[in-house]
Amino acid sequence: MHETWTLTKRELHAYFDSPAAYVVLSVFLLFTGWFFSNPLFIENVASLRSFFEYARGIFLFLVPAITMSLFAEERRAGTLELLLTMPIRDWQIILGKLLAATLLLSAALALTLVYALTLSILGDLDLGGTVGGYLGLLLYGMSCASIGLLASSLTRNQIVAFILGFAIITVLFMLDKVTLFVPQALAGVLQYLSLDYHYNNLLRGVIDTRDILYYLSITAFACVLTAYNLARRPE
Amino acid sequence: MIEVQGLTKTYGKERAVNAISFEVKKGEVLGFLGPNGAGKTTTMKVITCYLPPTEGTVVVDGLDVRTHGIDIRRRIGYLPEHTPLYHDMQVYDYLLFVASMRGVPAADRNWRIGEMTDVCGLGTVLAKPIEALSKGYRQRVGLAQAMIHNPPIVILDEPTSGLDPNQIVEIRELIKAIGTERTVILSTHILTEVEASCDRVLIINKGAIEADGTPNELRTMYRGAQQIRLGIQHAGPAVAQTLEAWPHARVTGHVVHDGETLFSLTSDRPDDVRPELFRLAVDNGWTLTELHRNQANLEDVFRQLTTA
Repeated sequence: MHETWTLTKRELHAYFDSPAAYVVLSVFLLFTGWFFSNPLFIENVASLRSFFEYARGIFLFLVPAITMSLFAEERRAGTLELLLTMPIRDWQIILGKLLAATLLLSAALALTLVYALTLSILGDLDLGGTVGGYLGLLLYGMSCASIGLLASSLTRNQIVAFILGFAIITVLFMLDKVTLFVPQALAGVLQYLSLDYHYNNLLRGVIDTRDILYYLSITAFACVLTAYNLARRPE
Repeated sequence: MIEVQGLTKTYGKERAVNAISFEVKKGEVLGFLGPNGAGKTTTMKVITCYLPPTEGTVVVDGLDVRTHGIDIRRRIGYLPEHTPLYHDMQVYDYLLFVASMRGVPAADRNWRIGEMTDVCGLGTVLAKPIEALSKGYRQRVGLAQAMIHNPPIVILDEPTSGLDPNQIVEIRELIKAIGTERTVILSTHILTEVEASCDRVLIINKGAIEADGTPNELRTMYRGAQQIRLGIQHAGPAVAQTLEAWPHARVTGHVVHDGETLFSLTSDRPDDVRPELFRLAVDNGWTLTELHRNQANLEDVFRQLTTA
């Protein structure tokens, strides 16, 4: 496991030694700040609801942007071959990279705790909803990152990786919004498979193991597909 | 140290390597020689556990690549073609990363980096980002990362390609230094390279081994007919007749120039016929002006084997 952590640290260094991490954090804080302060100052509502509602939309494009380089760039530069001939297993590489992306997202989320803190001083904070919301965002973000990682492993081109990741995540996100157009039997399945449906559950402050399990399954599934693709040793 | 038995590797329908077998002994510097696309890189990728073999067995230090990939990787230092490095990292950070990934104990990492800095001459660039380095320095960083964990086996894929002549000499010296205590496999399509650095040469073409031996053995084995140029001053018809009658070589032509006759002779004998020619000249009282043997060089061997 020590190799996995070494790889995670390298990826985090790559994020923070370049403008990437700062751009991600700034953009995330800029947008979420707007959605947090808008209801607070204009509508006089002390709630994180609006922040949680919109953060998932920002993640839709922000997460694939974080993950697009993780494998695509290594494939383009040829460093993937060197990495895969080090004494580390493929799944440890995937885990290390996923961990790095998730930690960057966690850093972004941690910075928004200021909003929660502000609200708890100003008024009554809905603790259940807040904890559920943060947990939901974290799990949802991790799932998106695993899908982004899969997309990144499929190509040498970062732009293709971004678009592909964005497309897959968006489709999974929209699944529970098309249930009107499909047969009843399928509607339940689509709803269950939707990234957004489970997030809404958590947002209500009800922390259900089924929702947590869903996100963990999506993450595991995307990682397995990534591992399968890496095992082909793409050039 | 490395035993390859009947290794075949296919990409889809294409056979990159076809049932090759060879062995590398401990401390040997082995050169893979072959035209581009001959299967050199593929063979290396199987030995480094990057690609699984389609058929055959590869045993490194007593361990099979199919079952002990991780253990084998610990014993190997590898520099792939084109020297892939993380260009955004500084040299020191990069070496520290590789040392950590390669399982060098935390307490030894700085010492190992220091060692590699000395061996590879990286002292002045340790704090520079890799993208700012010249190709020669990148190659040194590549060699440093391949040896940072002090591996008994080092595998280098075209370590001197794309370097200028001075850099090539420097990298060759470095490889020679590496080879004194380690088993080294290096691939190249440059012939002088193997003559300069290798104990043994494998010539690979179209996925099969065409020749295996020391550079000297290969030269001898594939010399074929030896060409001799013999110069005699004031040679009359008698000289030509004597030479025609001589059983050990055939006269293929002669040129007369400035009172000197240059005979071209061919001999199929494996040993040097020059001493006997010299005695023949002495016995007949000829004045010898020239006696030269054309020995096939590795380049001829290579052409002969890979263009058939």
